[in-house]
Amino acid sequence: MSEEKAPRILKINILRFDPNNPQDFPQIQTFEVEEAYGMTLYVVLNEIREHQDNSLMFDFVCRAGICGSCSMLVNGRPTLACRTLTSKLDENITLAPLPLFKLIKDLSIYSGEWMHYLNEHLETWIHDKEKEVNVDKLEERMEPALADEIYELDRCVECGCCVAACGTIQMKPNFVGAVGLNKVARYHLDPRDKRTDEEYYELIGDENGVFGCMTLLGCEDVCPKDLPLQSKIAYLRRMMLKTGLKS
Amino acid sequence: MKIIYTDVLIIGGGLAGLRVATGAKERGHDTVVLTLVPPKRSHSAAAQGGMQASLANCKMGEGDNEDVHFSDTVKGSDWGADQEVARMFVHCAPKAIRELAAWGVPWTRVQRGDHTSVINAEKVVINERDEAHGLITARDFGGTKKWRTCYTSDGTGHSMLFAMGNKAHQDKVEIHERLEAMSLIHENGRCYGAIARNLMSGELVAYIAKATTIATGGYGRIYSVSTNAIICQGMGQAIALETGIATLGNMEAIQFHPTAIVPVGILTTEGCRGDGGLLLDKDGYRFMPDYEPEKKELASRDVVSRRMTEHIRKGKGVKSRYGDHLWLDITILGRAHIEKNLREVKEICENFLGIDPAVDWIPVRPTQHYSMGGIRTKYTGESQTLKGLYSCGEAACWDMHGFNRLGGNSVSETVVAGMLVAEYISDFCDSPESSINIHTSTIEKFLNKEKEKIDALLSKKNGEDAYVLRRRMEEIMMSKVGIFRNGVDLQEAVDELEELCKRSKNIEVFRSKSRAANPALFNAYRTQRMLKLALTVAYGALLRTESRGAHSREDFPMRDDENWLKRTLTSWPNENQTLPSVSYEEIPIGNMEIPPGFRGYGKDMTEAHPESKMRQATVDVIREKLESEGASRFEIQNALMPFLDKLPKKYRGTNERLGENV
Repeated sequence: MSEEKAPRILKINILRFDPNNPQDFPQIQTFEVEEAYGMTLYVVLNEIREHQDNSLMFDFVCRAGICGSCSMLVNGRPTLACRTLTSKLDENITLAPLPLFKLIKDLSIYSGEWMHYLNEHLETWIHDKEKEVNVDKLEERMEPALADEIYELDRCVECGCCVAACGTIQMKPNFVGAVGLNKVARYHLDPRDKRTDEEYYELIGDENGVFGCMTLLGCEDVCPKDLPLQSKIAYLRRMMLKTGLKS
Repeated sequence: MKIIYTDVLIIGGGLAGLRVATGAKERGHDTVVLTLVPPKRSHSAAAQGGMQASLANCKMGEGDNEDVHFSDTVKGSDWGADQEVARMFVHCAPKAIRELAAWGVPWTRVQRGDHTSVINAEKVVINERDEAHGLITARDFGGTKKWRTCYTSDGTGHSMLFAMGNKAHQDKVEIHERLEAMSLIHENGRCYGAIARNLMSGELVAYIAKATTIATGGYGRIYSVSTNAIICQGMGQAIALETGIATLGNMEAIQFHPTAIVPVGILTTEGCRGDGGLLLDKDGYRFMPDYEPEKKELASRDVVSRRMTEHIRKGKGVKSRYGDHLWLDITILGRAHIEKNLREVKEICENFLGIDPAVDWIPVRPTQHYSMGGIRTKYTGESQTLKGLYSCGEAACWDMHGFNRLGGNSVSETVVAGMLVAEYISDFCDSPESSINIHTSTIEKFLNKEKEKIDALLSKKNGEDAYVLRRRMEEIMMSKVGIFRNGVDLQEAVDELEELCKRSKNIEVFRSKSRAANPALFNAYRTQRMLKLALTVAYGALLRTESRGAHSREDFPMRDDENWLKRTLTSWPNENQTLPSVSYEEIPIGNMEIPPGFRGYGKDMTEAHPESKMRQATVDVIREKLESEGASRFEIQNALMPFLDKLPKKYRGTNERLGENV
């Protein structure tokens, strides 16, 4: 905490573009911001918007690293901006919107639409045709260790960082990405979901699913929640291979 | 003009809104959810510590039931709660959690055998029963007699919201994302939907519905430091207020959470203290037992926040460039526990403070956290004054929290209220009185009004800067309408906010003139609305000359039941008003199951109502008589304050527990 030194002047280079404006074209704009103690990119961007350019568009919701709204490229790497401390970065900082998602404006992307489609496509919910929930009765039991294991995979916040870091998806736009495969692994692990291996094979047993992954594993490197994406993709691939050979 | 017709319009895609949507959809009604952000990014996701439901599975929860949960909730509310609503809530909380368990929430489970916990700074071995193995477990939270707060590590809200969001995917609930409700369409005391604005394209759309539900959460962002997500700006309450017909209840009831990190105000869960964490001062001294010998760090939130502030005022705070703070010490819990059960807290400490909470103390201070006030509704969730308008969750004043909400009761309320209100709405939609009867010319009038307001903001010259007004409002709320309040400060706050409110009519959107994705534009109209809400809070606080729950007046330290056992109702009937209209709703003692008494913190500061004693005597007689006749707890409860007939039939069943009603 070198509090007495003169604060750095940060140079924030932002890739800006308003697709709603036919006259606009993508360009990098640079803003200067005086660094403060404990400053995050959330604070930086709000300062720019309030004092320098009120048209700058970006998305924050929880600003606590919980909701996954503020994913963007920070010096080329997908991450959550709200919990990125400027003290950990060089004074020249370049921000750009996550690629692959539809751009709303500047740093704001329409990731909701993409994730919505993904969830519907993979049917990321408990499948149990037999069961009518009787809410008056004791809940079904679950092994404590298994519940913890499911929670581990349930921690995905759909921020899209793994999608932006995925080499496969650049070539195969319909690839479900690590976010999708992790969700399948989560439901496959959950005994409340009665889908069979064959049904999962129907969902992800092709090149848009688990066999499309080129194992570049950018996803694992950038996941802000440190999800075990590498081991889960490997596990799903073994499991799907077995299922594929059986049928 | 684009008009979209549906049966049920829901504004807000958090837990409450989504639960209403799936409930109404399953009853066969067409539903549309409008949301500012993808639903899974709603503020519900930030609830960390847990959801209260009296399952009584874990050892320290044994003996828990609806009666204990009810008593904790009513006392926690400082008798401000509607007791019938609180009863409906505690009865349905176990049902809601079991439903969520079936929908996929990986609730943390009971592990049979011994485990070590920290209670009152000492390691204690607790033995869990064999028969409870694999059922949903719970942790301790403030202001509760039993361990009742069910959780998934400290990502409870996240897991609940994702399960709920996935249920909405399954039910094919229509979600219209990045749409902001700008005003409610209403005629002759009946709400018919909303005018919404597409935040990507700027297009205005009219949504016409039989029933409209506001589930937009709280209004914490009128304060400069809040744990709330930045979208919690109270826009739902504001558009209800702007109808001039709907009323807001108890807007002055604002909760401060004891442990948000300094300076950014991000929450660290009450689970930190529930699991055994301690509050320390600048000398490393544990001060809470001096103030609250019985509950210590686990007194109700309003109490702990006040005690911390008192202690800081005595000069015991830690000095920092961002003002004084105290320490939260969870090192005693050990690394393994923190990495399993408090991992969000650990991430937050690492990312925002650069510390390791298994080794370092966490700098904390009380910070704005929850809005007990909101759109005043009947027990059905419908506005008392505007037919067809519903509200639930934090957006509403239903009113189960009164003047202080217990930790763990908020996410619980979202799903319980959501499942109940969905039924009441569906009943309404099934009835002939729900028919939509409004001319398109009227709809157009509402739409044009919004268009004109936006035109005015964009074309104004030499106007006011919205950011300047908003920052000043946030500072006033923080410094003058905070944890401790007094008449002089509150009067100044009201006067200055009124001035800001007048100036806000003259806001100009500088430079950035686009109608589409334009943050300057939405900041402009939201600032205007936030100022109105800030006035309802400050003015309500000024007029309430007593201390109750989170509303603490230094100049009126007594809880004055004789004069103030009532709810504040604010409305804004005339657009040209610069202050809200205020009236009051009595809270009748005559039918209370637990008549007003002493909460049990500090010394008794109650100015009792004469009726309280009479009602207590009646309650005692009924209870004694029935107990001697061997009546069950359900029969006694029913004799004191019947509530079951108010519930939808499908939720009236008795809850099963280990050893009870099996």
